[in-house]
Amino acid sequence: MKKAKEIHISEPFDLLSEELVFIILDLISENPSDLKSFSLTCKWFYQVEAKHRKSLKPLRPEYLPRLLSRYRKTADLDLTSCPRVTDYALSVLACLCGPWLRSLDLSRSASFSAAGLLRLAVKCVNLVEIDLSNSTDLSDAAAAVLAEATSLQRLKLGRCKLLTDMGIGCIAVGCRKLQLLCLKWCVGVGDLGVALLAVKCKDIRTLDLSFLPITGKCLHDILRLQHLEELLLEGCFGVDDDSLRSLRHDCKSLKKLDASSCQNLSQRGLTSLLSGAGCLQRLDLAHCSSVISLDFASSLKKVSTLQSIRLDGCSVTCDGLKAIGNYCNSLKEVSLSKCVSVTDEGLLSLVMKLKDLRKLDITCCRKLSGVVSITQIANSCPLLVSLKMESCSLVSREAFWSIGQKCGLLEELDLTDNEIDDEGLKSISSCQSLSSLKLGICLNITDKGLSYIGNGCSNLRELDLYRSVGITDIGISSIAQGCIQLETINISYCKDITDKSLVSLSRCSLVQTLECRGCPNITSQGLAPIAVGCKRLAKLDVKKCPNINDSGLLALAHFSQSLKQISVSETGVSEVGVVWLTKIGSLQNIAVVKTSGLSPSGVAAALLSCGGLRKAKLHASLRSLLPPSLIQHLEARGCAFLWKDNNTLQTELDPKYWKLQLEDIGP
Amino acid sequence: METEDDMCQNNWGSLSSSSKLEDGNQAFAGFTSQQKWEDAEILDYEMGIEKNLQAFDQMKPSSGQDNDNNNKNNNSTQANVDFLQGVKAQAWDPRTMLSNLSFMEQKIHELQDLVHLIVGRNGLVAQQQQQLITTDLTSIIIQLISTAGSLLPSVKHNMSSTAPGPYTGSAVFPCPREANNVASQSQNSNHQRGATQDFDLPKPIVVDERDSHVVEEHEMKDEDDAEEGVENLPPGSYEILQLEKEEILAPHTHFCTICGKGFKRDANLRMHMRGHGDEYKTPAALAKPNKEAVPGTEPMLIKRYSCPFPGCKRNKDHKKFQALKTILCVKNHYKRTHCDKSFTCSRCHTKKFSVIADLKTHEKHCGKNKWLCSCGTTFSRKDKLFGHIALFQGHTPAIPLEETKPSAQRGSSEGENNNTGMVGFNLGSATNADQETEQPGFMEEKISFEESFSPLSFDTCNFGGFHEFPRPMFDDSESSFQMLISSACGFSPRNGGGGSVSNTIL
Repeated sequence: MKKAKEIHISEPFDLLSEELVFIILDLISENPSDLKSFSLTCKWFYQVEAKHRKSLKPLRPEYLPRLLSRYRKTADLDLTSCPRVTDYALSVLACLCGPWLRSLDLSRSASFSAAGLLRLAVKCVNLVEIDLSNSTDLSDAAAAVLAEATSLQRLKLGRCKLLTDMGIGCIAVGCRKLQLLCLKWCVGVGDLGVALLAVKCKDIRTLDLSFLPITGKCLHDILRLQHLEELLLEGCFGVDDDSLRSLRHDCKSLKKLDASSCQNLSQRGLTSLLSGAGCLQRLDLAHCSSVISLDFASSLKKVSTLQSIRLDGCSVTCDGLKAIGNYCNSLKEVSLSKCVSVTDEGLLSLVMKLKDLRKLDITCCRKLSGVVSITQIANSCPLLVSLKMESCSLVSREAFWSIGQKCGLLEELDLTDNEIDDEGLKSISSCQSLSSLKLGICLNITDKGLSYIGNGCSNLRELDLYRSVGITDIGISSIAQGCIQLETINISYCKDITDKSLVSLSRCSLVQTLECRGCPNITSQGLAPIAVGCKRLAKLDVKKCPNINDSGLLALAHFSQSLKQISVSETGVSEVGVVWLTKIGSLQNIAVVKTSGLSPSGVAAALLSCGGLRKAKLHASLRSLLPPSLIQHLEARGCAFLWKDNNTLQTELDPKYWKLQLEDIGP
Repeated sequence: METEDDMCQNNWGSLSSSSKLEDGNQAFAGFTSQQKWEDAEILDYEMGIEKNLQAFDQMKPSSGQDNDNNNKNNNSTQANVDFLQGVKAQAWDPRTMLSNLSFMEQKIHELQDLVHLIVGRNGLVAQQQQQLITTDLTSIIIQLISTAGSLLPSVKHNMSSTAPGPYTGSAVFPCPREANNVASQSQNSNHQRGATQDFDLPKPIVVDERDSHVVEEHEMKDEDDAEEGVENLPPGSYEILQLEKEEILAPHTHFCTICGKGFKRDANLRMHMRGHGDEYKTPAALAKPNKEAVPGTEPMLIKRYSCPFPGCKRNKDHKKFQALKTILCVKNHYKRTHCDKSFTCSRCHTKKFSVIADLKTHEKHCGKNKWLCSCGTTFSRKDKLFGHIALFQGHTPAIPLEETKPSAQRGSSEGENNNTGMVGFNLGSATNADQETEQPGFMEEKISFEESFSPLSFDTCNFGGFHEFPRPMFDDSESSFQMLISSACGFSPRNGGGGSVSNTIL
């Protein structure tokens, strides 16, 4: 369609100003393939598109020189698809981008060192953001080099385990403009480095200190930061009450505090932490060691403007919940996931106070039972947008009958492993804006219920029907008809699903993730229409579909050029199909765990020709058959191997049996 | 006057008796520390007996200036004067001599008893007891000798007052120990006198002297440096001696009168002398000279030293002259400040020293300070480095890799800046004094200089060194702080060379 339009105006492009084309490009830039066809129209369009593009996500570092010389004004460079970025690549990048580059993501890349970073820091003077997470071999020397990038504002160093206080000290002194710093899992960084950060980088707004061996000492300095908005202290076991005792701060800017899994932090420490943070909006106390009792909740008095609280995995008393409702009645988000002690009474007393509640997470609150509580939640929280209540298995089916009528604004609903039935789905179908619906292991629902959803929820983007064995092709087809926006669908272990479902799903052209594991009736004939229809398909799981064979993969190899992740374990595919798959340039993860039909040489050829491969899941027997030098070579290219032995994991196809097993493990 | 004599008796008596009671080691330790006590104020009492009127005249105009320097001192300036007059009367009182003699008599009796004791228990005395008795014996003998010496000065003073001017004698340097010993006596008496007499001596502030040596951590040491202390003498209340450069730099100060061989230490000379005949092997000949030499010198006279280098603050012609206390101070000062640093550390090949003792101290620690700042300063503890970095803008931790070497060299080239940085720590409160007191005696002249002039140093006699300083106090973004450092701390702590330059700031 577009091409036709462009051909008509091939001559008079002089009339069209660049700015106008830029505006057009802004509008079509959502879909990469549109941009591609645009730039292929003519030389001028090609040039204009090159000038317009600001962000790049190359698949291979080898293309960098050509890509960057074409896209001169690249500001955001995402190298997460390149597992191996060498110092040479970085220096090429630095030379070509120069001062244009503002943001660089190296979080999934390895094999660069301080030398490459130095080039980057020197050449790209306007570099504002860099993500170096997972660079586990990044040393202090590299950090010292990074300190040369003085304009840096956002720096992520998650899991840089070799970094010590010295490196952080260099960064603190060099990068004075830092606003966001993530040091999660930098286990070599302690109080001294963090305290120095607080002294030197006065502009810090977001600071992630999760899992650092820090104590409360450095928090004294941190909380003096004038602009600090987010402070994440997840899993800081060194932060305890004693070290916070003398803490006096007045951090009015603090909006978010994550003190989850701080095992040694109890009410006393928390009170001093919260004492000065009067404007706190989000508080995360998940997995905290103390019981959320009346006393504990009293420490929340100071933060009455709280909008979000997470108490996942805490032991919560009824009084505690009631007190939270009293003290913080402006709460909009409450998460009580895995708080097994939550009772109907406690939840009700909390929810009754929170008229503004938007999000509620009561996953695995297995004590919740009554029809009353869910109905009450629905009644008292008409603004509810998200409700997650996976595995509240005692809640009876009647409880869901009114939920749709009362909470018409629901967008996200997780009813995995619940007793909901078709009547409940009918009620839910009145939520027009529902975009995510999870109905995994809901054994009571049938095609009838799904047809209500298909008719009502036209905005649905995510649907999970994992092991909802009552579903057949009819239900899926009604979904495919009504929910044209669908992006993610899981129909794993729905044993009655056949190729017809896949044919109907191929109408949903936006589907990116399709999981149909363990559907014995699916064949390659079904996969072909998916490959043709769903051009954006990025994740495909056809594990344990024994009727899928090489011809299905051939279709994928031809049409699904965006496929990143595929699992063809325990299917009928052979090495021929796997080799075909390697035609897909963006393929990163591949799982082929099977014993028959795969020769080592075929697998070796497939692995070698798949340039962007990051993860390969293969049968353990292949490990000894593949030449070690090949494995080394691939690992050097950035591919990780996972050797899997079938015998260890036996999953039954029978959902009833599976569920019985689960209950044995459960409470 | 009688009271003072009584004081002396009581005090000394108690000293010896207490040392009998106590464990020998303890008593000995107490004794030596007393010997090391040296109080400038108290020395006033000893000196000036002859020329007190002159001194009095000099002190009056200068008392105002003292106000700046020493609160404790200026409070008692007047009292000092009264005291001096009293002393004058005392010194010529024959009754004092008499009581001194009777005191000696008493001491001799004590000594006799002690010796009897040893004889009586011959062979049965335990090792520890032996030690205790020996200690006691030593103390009594020393008291005897020094009291005997105090009988003489009345005659000697005439000589010294008639022969003023720079002291240029080379063979016999006045030994600081004499003065100390006397000072300790007078201090003992002073403690009790304060209660009974109407005049009040300034409190001995030198007691904390060793604590105050913490200013410099690594470099300085000398076993004699403990004698160096705060100087708060009013100008004119002491005699200024100025040695020539050659004398200062002379390798030996003690010469054998027979063969002419030179020695650095008198004790070594005495050991050497034994080879020249039996007469040098007697205990008297081998004893410390201050015991026998007292009659020959003037223990009552305070001597202070001037640096021969013109323009130096330690030079007597300097506007704000600050005297050096001992010969050793002069030597070390002159070498550190006005001489080439010829001793290079064999480990880092970077640091240079002019005093070999400084080099040795440095070498002890060199390489241990693995925490390195970009300015070249090294720290033995990481938190100190981070405190340093937090304090100074532009300083960053230096990653110890192949770039260690260049950064260290860079640091030495920025020596001036570096030094200022180090000095900044003196401002801090003193909380880690205990760590520092283990290293008594280093940086003589600098210590005394710093203590007497820095207004900050008074109450916190023990500087925290750069071990502790309240970071919150100093926000590096505030320029006022930088000013504070440069103005308030004006000495160059270790590289000596900058010392004289920064001295002038004060």
